[in-house]
Amino acid sequence: MTIAGDILLRVEHLTMRFGGLVAVDDLSFEARQGEITALIGPNGAGKTTVFNCITGFYKPSEGRIGLCHGDAAIWSELDALTDSGKRGITRGDSGLYLLERMPDYLVTQNARVARTFQNIRLFPGMTVLENLLVAQHNALMVASGYTLFGIFGLPSYHRAERASVEKARDWLNRVGLIHRADDPAGDLPYGDQRRLEIARAMCTDPVLLCLDEPAAGLNPRESAQLNELLMSIGNEHGISILLIEHDMSVVMEISDHVVVLDYGIKISDGAPDVVRNDPKVIAAYLGVPDHEVEKVGAEIGL
Amino acid sequence: MEVFLQQLINGITLGSIYGLIAIGYTMVFGIIGMVNFAHGDVFMVAAFVALVAFLILTTWLGISSIAVALFIVLIVAMLFTSLVNWIIERLAYRPLRGSFRLAPLISAIGMSIFLSNFVQVSQGPRNKAIPPMVQGDFVLVTHNDYAVTLSFKQLIIWGVTAVLLVCFWYLVAKTRLGRAQRACEQDQRMAALVGVNVDQTISLTFVIAAALAAVAGTMYLMYYGVVSFSDGFVPGVKAFTAAVLGGIGSLPGAVIGGLLIGLIETMWSAYFSIDYKDVAAFSVLAITLIFLPQGLFGRPDVEKV
Amino acid sequence: MTEGAANQRIDTVAALRDAAITTLLAFGLFLPLIGFHTVTNIRNELELDTRWPLLFSIVAVVGVARLAYSFLLAPWLERIKLRPMATTTPAWRATFGKWFVPFCIGFVIVYPAIIIAATGFGGALKWVDNFGIQILIYVMLGWGLNIVVGLAGLLDLGYVAFYAVGAYAYALLAKEFGFSFWILLPLAGVMSSFWGILLGFPVLRLRGDYLAIVTLAFGEIIRIVLVNWVDVTNGYAGISGIPRPSFFGIPFNANDDGFAATFGLEFSPIYRTIFLYYLILALALLTAFVTVRLRRLPVGRAWEALREDEIACRSLGINTTHTKLTAFGMGAMFAGFAGSFFAARQGFISPESFTFLESATILAIVVLGGMGSQIGVAIAAIAMIGGTEIMRELDFLKQIFGESFDPTQYRMLLFGFAMVIIMVLRPRGLISTRAPSVFLKEPKPVPVDLVKQGHG
Ligand SMILES: Nc1ncnc2c1ncn2[C@@H]1O[C@H](COP(=O)(O)OP(=O)(O)OP(=O)(O)O)[C@@H](O)[C@H]1O
Ligand SMILES: [Mg+2]
Repeated sequence: MTIAGDILLRVEHLTMRFGGLVAVDDLSFEARQGEITALIGPNGAGKTTVFNCITGFYKPSEGRIGLCHGDAAIWSELDALTDSGKRGITRGDSGLYLLERMPDYLVTQNARVARTFQNIRLFPGMTVLENLLVAQHNALMVASGYTLFGIFGLPSYHRAERASVEKARDWLNRVGLIHRADDPAGDLPYGDQRRLEIARAMCTDPVLLCLDEPAAGLNPRESAQLNELLMSIGNEHGISILLIEHDMSVVMEISDHVVVLDYGIKISDGAPDVVRNDPKVIAAYLGVPDHEVEKVGAEIGL
Repeated sequence: MEVFLQQLINGITLGSIYGLIAIGYTMVFGIIGMVNFAHGDVFMVAAFVALVAFLILTTWLGISSIAVALFIVLIVAMLFTSLVNWIIERLAYRPLRGSFRLAPLISAIGMSIFLSNFVQVSQGPRNKAIPPMVQGDFVLVTHNDYAVTLSFKQLIIWGVTAVLLVCFWYLVAKTRLGRAQRACEQDQRMAALVGVNVDQTISLTFVIAAALAAVAGTMYLMYYGVVSFSDGFVPGVKAFTAAVLGGIGSLPGAVIGGLLIGLIETMWSAYFSIDYKDVAAFSVLAITLIFLPQGLFGRPDVEKV
Repeated sequence: MTEGAANQRIDTVAALRDAAITTLLAFGLFLPLIGFHTVTNIRNELELDTRWPLLFSIVAVVGVARLAYSFLLAPWLERIKLRPMATTTPAWRATFGKWFVPFCIGFVIVYPAIIIAATGFGGALKWVDNFGIQILIYVMLGWGLNIVVGLAGLLDLGYVAFYAVGAYAYALLAKEFGFSFWILLPLAGVMSSFWGILLGFPVLRLRGDYLAIVTLAFGEIIRIVLVNWVDVTNGYAGISGIPRPSFFGIPFNANDDGFAATFGLEFSPIYRTIFLYYLILALALLTAFVTVRLRRLPVGRAWEALREDEIACRSLGINTTHTKLTAFGMGAMFAGFAGSFFAARQGFISPESFTFLESATILAIVVLGGMGSQIGVAIAAIAMIGGTEIMRELDFLKQIFGESFDPTQYRMLLFGFAMVIIMVLRPRGLISTRAPSVFLKEPKPVPVDLVKQGHG
């Protein structure tokens, strides 16, 4: 059984170097089951890079990223798993995965981590519905007998496809895009595209949803809708969210836990109001050294 | 050892020709990101123009000084080929700039088919052979009756290539045009905003590419003394290989890639199998692209997520 | 009114100037290679001829054409642009769209009968063979390559290699072991598919034009091997005497156990041709049918998604390596089928039939048709292949241009020219919408501007 509050994702000593540039430097943090964890920091702090390491797009230079399905007791096997050289283990319903060892598509397929992108990546020439069906590729692939049954049009595949369309319809209802189901995704306005990308990620049945600046470019009304959507994803489905966001109102309102990065280094970690008042965070955002924070803060009326 | 030395000389000669063509591929790819498929055929057209010019000079005007004739042939071929490539760019590529990615490629392939068939139809399908333009050679080493020679032809090719590369390097590294080119490579819209005439820069790039191909075509005609309408494709692909090997977009890379391909080809023919010499070049192409897609001197193409 | 007139006058001056410049450029362009003609004389020396009349007439034609463009074509194009675009498709278009495909299929099925009715047994052979079979081979190849290029967005310039593998597989196995066409057809498909996957594997990481060039290199390598591996392939000379397919065991010959005798008909080569026609028609329709099915299956959608955005695909848990390889393998398989059909039809194959030009032609058909659109590919194949075949038939031009005029010479010239022109006029191909593979309420065609072309 999963219990809210158990650790879901554990990032340990994560370091990512690009040539001489250290984009992420010895970062450790945890994300808990059913919670919304926000990852914030100034531009170029390395947030997207952390996402790319978690989702397998980049291979970290150093560090370990563990993810647990089901019973948190399985965490006790983390060191044994690391030594075994395997990518993951499963014990009954529970599983433990080392994400840094997995290629990107397996992170989604096996470890069930889904993500969105900072610069939206939909399939613009496919319809909204098709986008959501592509997200259910692996399940449908099995149902189509790896294409064999599908080619001969067996009824079992048709049933599976109808179920997928129903699931897509559900999500379209939830994100309010049902009336655009048959339109090309590239035709949607920006805010709708953002929501579609989230719906698409949700169609992969993730345990952890990683959102890279989902509120960027949204107007206040859309932003409020997004907050609701994210809260409901967390509450109704018990899905944990890892969130990169610049919009502090979003972060403070919906997140349970905030991690702050600056130049790849973690400078603060804790509940939203703790982080908000952390002088180091303020310094990082204002771009001034620690000891000048009060002075500058007073000047701008903080 | 002597065989090796001789092949080295032959390989460098062949490589110079490939290098000159390769620069055209690399420049065009650098500036508009397109593989100019017709470039090999532009080279072939240049060789034919050189042929016609040479015949006019020698059989009609009776010019007996080979140096003068060669010089005039070179100039005529460069001018005319530049005109051809300029028109090709205007007609076949410019309307497609910024549109569908495959369209310029197909257009270039169509242009390549058109050019080779145009020459076939207008000049006939047979090989065109001319009497040797330049004869004589230096004997460098003789060993057990095997003489390593450096022919005057080869020397001319080396010399002309070297001189032109210096001029060309000056053009792209030191002049306004070169700066405009590099600006367009980075970002065409930005370049246009800061006052670079993008259309003109791209046109000039095609003109320079053609001029160098014309030199290569003239040298090819002089070296082999024979040319046919189908001679564009294979040297074209090999020169493209050279450009890729050197790192597409990199000018010194194109030259060094050309030399390497020339050497690989001659060495392969000498030591392994002449029948499979094209396989050598194509394999180099495939292997480079697979294991070293950025080439020897190219910038790595990072996939940012 | 006066303003319009002023515009008109300025236009005339500009048009004349443009025409003059164009004429000058054309003169420069055509002077060396049309004005002069290199001919080999009896002593085997190269000599120079001049062709001034030809040069001047061509230059004049170009000049006049440019004038015509300025005065007639350009204003007309301008007017078309100004005309408001219809926002809804008229009803007849919808009906037309619905009946178009069934009509076409019906037509190609009765095509041999129509031809025989029109030209009799003797004349029909050419029309069924050159126009029917020849075009259908390219339609099938186009549909096969369409899977790779049009759906998966992987640019393949070496497609003809798989066609060659299929053809040689059939030729060698049929000659060596005497296997029948029906056994070798799937076998050739499997072998081509295997080669497709084998060659696909190392190049999957490559993107865009690089992929195109490596596939070109592979295609050429295979061709060079076919040329040089004389022990097996007989090199340039090719393989002849390849067993022809039989009508389910009954050979098409003049013997007593032949097709004509068995069915009590008078012997004629047309029966075999008609049989081959329906064979390639069936194969082509199979290709189309499978592709249509695949597009609605997860693999097909994954192919299209791959073309749209590979990184997004990976983020959705799609194994892009497998997806690309299935596209390569599937495309190669159909090329293998077509190849073995080709060998069986010709009875003779040589490396000449598998040059880069073939790959380029097939790719051109796919792109000209409108990537991913099967109808477009079929139309493009008919236009390009039928068009070049028609060139063989234009003997009446001899009456205009004199006896020495050989229209077939100009086939490839015009072919290349047409490729350029069509691309310039319709860079997105003939059919510029994409049909969605699934819909909730009604299928709305996706305008092709939104559809990505893949980068691999
Ligand atoms: N593939 C890469 N190659 C080289 N450097 C990279 C790469 N990806 C990211 N970087 C560098 O790593 C640093 C962190 O980038 P990252 O995109 O993670 O920042 P970010 O916190 O997401 O910023 P933003 O808020 O602007 O999105 C930057 O300096 C960036 O240039
Ligand atoms: Mg970022």
